[in-house]
Amino acid sequence: MGWIGGNLESIRSLQTKQALTQAVNLGLVVTSALILWRGLMCVTGTESPVVVVLSGSMEPGFQRGDILFLHMNQDPIRAGEIVVFNVDGKDIPIVHRVIEVHERQDTGEVDVLTKGDNNEEDDRLLYPYGQLWLQKHHITGRAIGVLPYVGWVTIIMNEKPVIKYLIIGALGLMIMTSKE
Amino acid sequence: MHSYVYRLNTLVTFAAVLLAVLCCAASFLDAFNSPSVRAHAEVIKVNRFRKQLSGNDEVSLTLNISMDLRSLFTWNTKQVFVFLAAEYETSKNSLNQISLWDYIIRDKDHAKFQAQVASKYPLIDQGSNLRGKKVEFVLHWHVMPSTGRMIVDKMALSKFYLPEAYT
Repeated sequence: MGWIGGNLESIRSLQTKQALTQAVNLGLVVTSALILWRGLMCVTGTESPVVVVLSGSMEPGFQRGDILFLHMNQDPIRAGEIVVFNVDGKDIPIVHRVIEVHERQDTGEVDVLTKGDNNEEDDRLLYPYGQLWLQKHHITGRAIGVLPYVGWVTIIMNEKPVIKYLIIGALGLMIMTSKE
Repeated sequence: MHSYVYRLNTLVTFAAVLLAVLCCAASFLDAFNSPSVRAHAEVIKVNRFRKQLSGNDEVSLTLNISMDLRSLFTWNTKQVFVFLAAEYETSKNSLNQISLWDYIIRDKDHAKFQAQVASKYPLIDQGSNLRGKKVEFVLHWHVMPSTGRMIVDKMALSKFYLPEAYT
């Protein structure tokens, strides 16, 4: 009897050991993803190092579902650059091209006008009523690179939350049940 | 069951890594392309030159533009966005850049052309400084790749003195 009891005991301790290892593994995955994201934020100097293109306003250069890599530094903004900006009162950042720049002689402040390559009109209609120019503080990054299609993953997940939970569930299950 | 999931996982991971490497390689190879651009722009006519009600000067021009951008295209090029900007300095602004005309070139066959174009966007100053102002025309191009890094460059083409009087 003691022999069986001892065996059960060892199996039980093995199970807790495994469970602990898996919890640590899960934690590692989550933290390394976080470290990667924060690291990118540091290197690129922008709050969102990558954005997904949601609209067709920059077609055919950028299509819906493309991923853009952003960068931000103190270099002055110049015409032709593709910038990401937030307008007051709207949550969604917009990715459009700068078509006009006026830089002040005394303060170095800039007035910027943007336009989507695929749009007929410039962006004054998107700005709040009465605002003619974007200033530096509206601009959160400039696009430096593009990766096609990958952004569809997030678009689909945002539009069909069920799929998001399914994927997260499946991934979690896989990590929990994986053995070394 | 586990081994199937594992095999699938390994396969997908390997495919993703391979794709990422290929994307990096495609973008990296673009660096070996050293393009030589030839372009020319001149003003044919000043269509309109007036002071807006707001007090800002506004000019509309007709330009003769020719360019050869074929050397910008590589196998990773999706399109070239090209625009002609008027650049000048005023007492208020150290730099004014205003895009007058832009164009999207989809492939190499359309990258060499000559055209007479009316400025797509009017040249509007912040103020009334354009009479007799020296304006420089600069051609900017933005090579947008299928994947990877975007390449930006520019070339100053010509200078033009705007008329001394409104039309």
